[in-house]
Amino acid sequence: MLLLLLGIIVLHVTVLVLLFVSTVVSQWLVNGGQTADLWQNCTSGTGAIFQCLTSSTNEWLQSVQAMMILSVIFSVLSLFLFFCQLFTLTKGGRFYLTGIFQILAGLCVMSGAAIFTVRHTDWHEASENTSYGFAYILAWLAFPLALASGIIYVILRKRE
Amino acid sequence: MALMALPVPRWCPHGADSSSSPHPTPSGLSPTLAIHVYTPREVYGTVGSHVTLSCSFWSSEWISEDISITWHFQAEGSRDSISIFHYAKGQPYIDDVGSFKERMEWVGNPRRKDGSIVIHNLDYTDNGTFTCDVKNPPDIVGKSSQVTLYVLEKVPTRYGIVLGSIIGVALLLVALLVALVYLVRFCWLRRQAVLQRRLSAMEKGKLQRSAKDASKRSRQAPVLYAMLDHSRSTKATAEKKTKGAPGEPRKDKK
Repeated sequence: MLLLLLGIIVLHVTVLVLLFVSTVVSQWLVNGGQTADLWQNCTSGTGAIFQCLTSSTNEWLQSVQAMMILSVIFSVLSLFLFFCQLFTLTKGGRFYLTGIFQILAGLCVMSGAAIFTVRHTDWHEASENTSYGFAYILAWLAFPLALASGIIYVILRKRE
Repeated sequence: MALMALPVPRWCPHGADSSSSPHPTPSGLSPTLAIHVYTPREVYGTVGSHVTLSCSFWSSEWISEDISITWHFQAEGSRDSISIFHYAKGQPYIDDVGSFKERMEWVGNPRRKDGSIVIHNLDYTDNGTFTCDVKNPPDIVGKSSQVTLYVLEKVPTRYGIVLGSIIGVALLLVALLVALVYLVRFCWLRRQAVLQRRLSAMEKGKLQRSAKDASKRSRQAPVLYAMLDHSRSTKATAEKKTKGAPGEPRKDKK
């Protein structure tokens, strides 16, 4: 029983960390020495000199930023609600609220990554060696994990 | 959705932004002995619409009757600065021969330290620098202030509006939905409790009524007997009275 609880919490925290790293780190698009992400474009000049400029104020980029922030907020709320419901739910009850917020977080990160994939040429000219960075991959990874975690919460029944 | 290339906004250490609120320009003159004129650094307008060029000033003297406000315009790429507006001796003089003919409107009030003008029907030729100059005799030493007008196809929205609105609306919707679900559940549970109470009350009522009926029946029997007894005794006394002496005073008959 305790093992199950521990496993669920570890999964949830993993999803949270993935979402957080993906939102903050500057590695969505990689192009040689340049990295571009949601918040700034950084160029590594000669040696270890970084030059960072803020990204454009394009509306689609702002919506991607909003989606990523919302997903982090929902995941944090879901964790908090899980601990609340753990102590207040009646025996046999289901963690509906926790599961719904986690599923919402997964949907938000999916829509954010999808919008980015479709619209990134609006604010970043794509050259031949532009490839997706690891933060982008983390975002796509967080989506099925968040969905799975949410569904587990909805199915789970509280036992003593 | 191609936006025209925006000129990079000048970053002012005092944090001026492109809104139309006036902002003090750095002045090298002594702060109390000069006249200070304030205008925004940049103003954005869309083609065909109107824009307000606001100009406010601060003077150490009272606003006199001889106050004069002048607006000059220097077109983009041109070296000449032409005068387009003059206010003197309480009378505004608007450009009626130049390029702003019938497009300018005086909306200022020198008494309220406001020297703003409005330009209607903007065109790309209006791109340039407008200078506001105020002289309030005897306070005439001062620096005039400049505002650059950018006429664009579409005014860009400020950064963060889309971001903030998406986050705000989403959180609000989720909060409302959760509140609604909890409210519905709470009302339903309360109705259930009320119904439950009524049901149990009815059950109790039935039991009580049946008990009452049983007790009523047992009490009625002795009452009947008492009445029968009473009637017999009255009949007996009535017969006695008729048989007995007629002159006897009748005392409390039963």
